[in-house]
Amino acid sequence: MSDADCEKCEQLLQGYLDRDLTDAEVAVAEGHLNACDYCKRRYRFEAHLRRYIRTSASERMPAGLMAKLAELRGPTVEGL
Amino acid sequence: MSESGAAEPEEDDAGRRIASEARERVRFEEEALELADQVYRVARRMVGTREEAEELVQDTYARAFRSWRSFTPGTNMRAWLLRILTNLNTDRGRKIQRTPDSQPLEESDYYLANRLAAVEGEQALEQEQVVERLSQGGVVTALADLPHDFRDVVVLVDLGEFSYAEAAQILDIPIGTVMSRLHRGRRILKQTLAEETLS
Repeated sequence: MSDADCEKCEQLLQGYLDRDLTDAEVAVAEGHLNACDYCKRRYRFEAHLRRYIRTSASERMPAGLMAKLAELRGPTVEGL
Repeated sequence: MSESGAAEPEEDDAGRRIASEARERVRFEEEALELADQVYRVARRMVGTREEAEELVQDTYARAFRSWRSFTPGTNMRAWLLRILTNLNTDRGRKIQRTPDSQPLEESDYYLANRLAAVEGEQALEQEQVVERLSQGGVVTALADLPHDFRDVVVLVDLGEFSYAEAAQILDIPIGTVMSRLHRGRRILKQTLAEETLS
């Protein structure tokens, strides 16, 4: 295990979690992760962080908005 | 529509066509309204206030209901609505920000994890709760602080769960640009989170 391996693994982090790596790159990342707790912990952290960001920043639609949007609709079929 | 005296069967046809189109439109409207909460969640993080987000979503639906015929049934309506929304948001004339590329950013993708490990210990990274060290409000602020080009991509992909390709289509930018803004945006976000919550 070398620093260069960890550095390479770090570069693959985002693509790995986005499922945007080639099979060969996935093999490189997973091969390294199986042998390196340092990187494995950081991958796991990143996955948790992404979920945390998604839930923290997600804000439900205000109660009255749906009715306002429904008012923007065209005439009803019966009304034609 | 021709002014010439149409025979009765043709009028029936026309009537049926109008009724069938109206039903199609109603189906479209209902499908669109079902997506309103998801559209709002993305909109909310693209603008500064709840009021702006509500207004933007209303403008989006007003336009969508007017131009429903340009939606191709069977394609991704959520992406179609977000395309309208981001266009409207751009039209609202967002302030010119300093070029994101001029912001210093040397930190790595592991930066935030490393900072947390330094404070909480290496083993703490194993625990999911370690992320709660970053407050939810801190996450919202850090997102809001992102330069908007970066924020739009991060919000679409990481909150809206759109693919790179969908985000590219929504924002009308090349997929490579989506990827570079996303990667850089996430890095800025993590740097901000580290600075705001751990210093």
